Amino acid sequence: MTTLAAPPQPATVGDDAFVEAPSRPFAILAEFDNVTDVISATQAAYDAGYRKMDVHTPFPIHGIDEALGVRPTILPWIVLLAGLTGMALGLVMTSYTMGMVDAPLPGVPVALEPYPYLISGKPYWSLAAYIPVIFELTIMFSAYTAVFAMFFLNKLPMLYNPLFQSDLMRRATDDRFVLSIEAADRNFDEQQTAAFLKDKGALNTDIVNY
Amino acid sequence: MASITPGYDATLQDPHRNTGEDPTRRAPLVLGQLDFKGITDKVAGVALSWPAIWWWAIFLPSVALAGLFFALIGYLFATGVGIWGNNTPNMWGFPIINFVFWVGIGHAGTLISAILFLFRQNWRTSINRFAEAMTIFAVVCAGIFPGIHVGRPWLAYWLFPYPNQMAMWPQFRSPLLWDVFAVSTYASVSLLFWYTGMVPDIATLRDRCKNRIGKIIYGVMSFGWTGSSRHWHRFEKAYLLLAALCTPLVLSVHSVVSFDFAVAQLPGWHTTFFPPYFVAGAIYGGFAMVLTLAVPARYLLGFKDIITERHIENCCKVMLGTGMIVTYAYAAEFFFAWYSGHHYERAIFLFRLFGPESPGFWALIVCNCVIPQLMWVKKFRLNPWTIMIAAMAVNAGMWFERYVIVISSLSNDFIPSSWDQFAPTWVDIWLFIGSFGLFFTNFLLFLKFLPTVAIAEAKTVTPQAHGHSHHDEMTPRDWRHTDYRTDEDLGDNPPPRDTNPAPEGGSTL
Repeated sequence: MTTLAAPPQPATVGDDAFVEAPSRPFAILAEFDNVTDVISATQAAYDAGYRKMDVHTPFPIHGIDEALGVRPTILPWIVLLAGLTGMALGLVMTSYTMGMVDAPLPGVPVALEPYPYLISGKPYWSLAAYIPVIFELTIMFSAYTAVFAMFFLNKLPMLYNPLFQSDLMRRATDDRFVLSIEAADRNFDEQQTAAFLKDKGALNTDIVNY
Repeated sequence: MASITPGYDATLQDPHRNTGEDPTRRAPLVLGQLDFKGITDKVAGVALSWPAIWWWAIFLPSVALAGLFFALIGYLFATGVGIWGNNTPNMWGFPIINFVFWVGIGHAGTLISAILFLFRQNWRTSINRFAEAMTIFAVVCAGIFPGIHVGRPWLAYWLFPYPNQMAMWPQFRSPLLWDVFAVSTYASVSLLFWYTGMVPDIATLRDRCKNRIGKIIYGVMSFGWTGSSRHWHRFEKAYLLLAALCTPLVLSVHSVVSFDFAVAQLPGWHTTFFPPYFVAGAIYGGFAMVLTLAVPARYLLGFKDIITERHIENCCKVMLGTGMIVTYAYAAEFFFAWYSGHHYERAIFLFRLFGPESPGFWALIVCNCVIPQLMWVKKFRLNPWTIMIAAMAVNAGMWFERYVIVISSLSNDFIPSSWDQFAPTWVDIWLFIGSFGLFFTNFLLFLKFLPTVAIAEAKTVTPQAHGHSHHDEMTPRDWRHTDYRTDEDLGDNPPPRDTNPAPEGGSTL
């Protein structure tokens, strides 16, 4: 807590930022070699007022969401919505194409006309027989959405990331835990933040430029 | 302590064995004192090194067989389905037998990756990637057979509902169409599940790859994954949702496959008993294939400490359990046939026992019901050779099961004048063998180029993965992963806490 001396910095925008670009810092990285240390350092950084930060880990660690202040994702609601959409689509598609006996409806193009077909004396609208298709469409829509919405919310794919310049990130997919604090954070200061992270047990720190 | 304690087996004598029977002790899931780096090195090492001799020795024949497979498909397209043994009344023949066989194999992969995930069976982490890959490649093989069986395969896209100038739609009341939806959903969702889980591990390969081209390919494939905790948060949620979605999906797929039979009126097929019977059979055959692949791979890839004897033993137990369900199902089928009082239904089952298809039937009884009983004995569950004998028997037996179901009912329906025997041609047989070539080609490429074990997940079941900063505000979830015992509780044999910390989060199954 001792190093929280820097006052909030005004953001640099416009031409100044452009001129400074070659050496403008993007983030500071701090390396830890165990879960306990990185969680406590993250908690300390959060308590010290840092917000634009992240922890890069080789596997999901429990307790980091609380330390980082990560709020629950809205992903499940998106998936629910997609699942309901798939279900509605399945219900409408099967009921319309098999069950609409009063075809053709005015104004419907030929390609979209229903195709009611009497087979084995089954009723045109046989909901029980439509359930497998409706069910599979529900699952298909939900599952596709769970994956694609997750990557979308994570802003992936993002093949270039300034963080990849740092050698510390190489081991963030192996056996190290890397706390990154962005330069855009209002409490960021190259020297003081680095000192703060060292104080919290970082093995190494590294500044990443844009 | 007499009660069940979430701890680990501190009395482990041999660091390479974890097959203890004491249910009050959790068995460690990663052995050999592997730490995070050790796990990465082991798994990434396989993907990033030049393949070994054994790999080539299996890969090259597999490619040759896959080539034969596609050549025969070309012959089929050029000539027509007359080159098969399919003929009235045996219209389904080998293609549908093979389809059901392969799609069934896929189910064990999804069971391991989704259902065991929901049940918090942490031992799944070492084999789920493997089993999911098996699912994908089995479903690829499965999908080809009905595709080439439609007679005019260039019109196979008519199976899908799309607005067209003929103003026709597929028949949504037909089980064959349900199959199109079930299998295509299953194939694509399994692919997404597999690939999503693999993205963080491909990022690991990206960061370790020395070769520039490999770096670029792995870099693109990993989407720029940084291991960000904010990303992991959504990733875990998406993974849980996918597991929850795949669970009913996998049960639905083989149920729908069984509807292909059960909704028809043929004797031997028309029974409500088919969906659970087929699902159990699918998981049975799938676990046999998991064992067929995992038992040699753990030796050949050097994964003995990650895919441990306990994993293999658990798979054997699941195989034995589902095998008993399947055996019960065979018995129940005969009972239903007798109890129905239906003349033709009874006749079919007598034909199975003593008729022209009886060699297939008795082969399936021996392979599926008799030989796997070896797995009751722990010594045999730990011996790779007996495991392979049992698993190979089940692989063969499950194929014979489908053969008997398809052929015996089709060849003997309600009108004896239309009965006829089925005889496969050489093309039938080589297409089936060729499909194994395609499967093993894909699987070996996966073994070589992709992370064969879920690296990130395997790390989460090591003890180092759990921080100890929240002891004062412990949630039940944390409690599961924490060793409450003090060294005093452990008496004279305390664990070497720092050098070889407690593997927690294991399984007592």
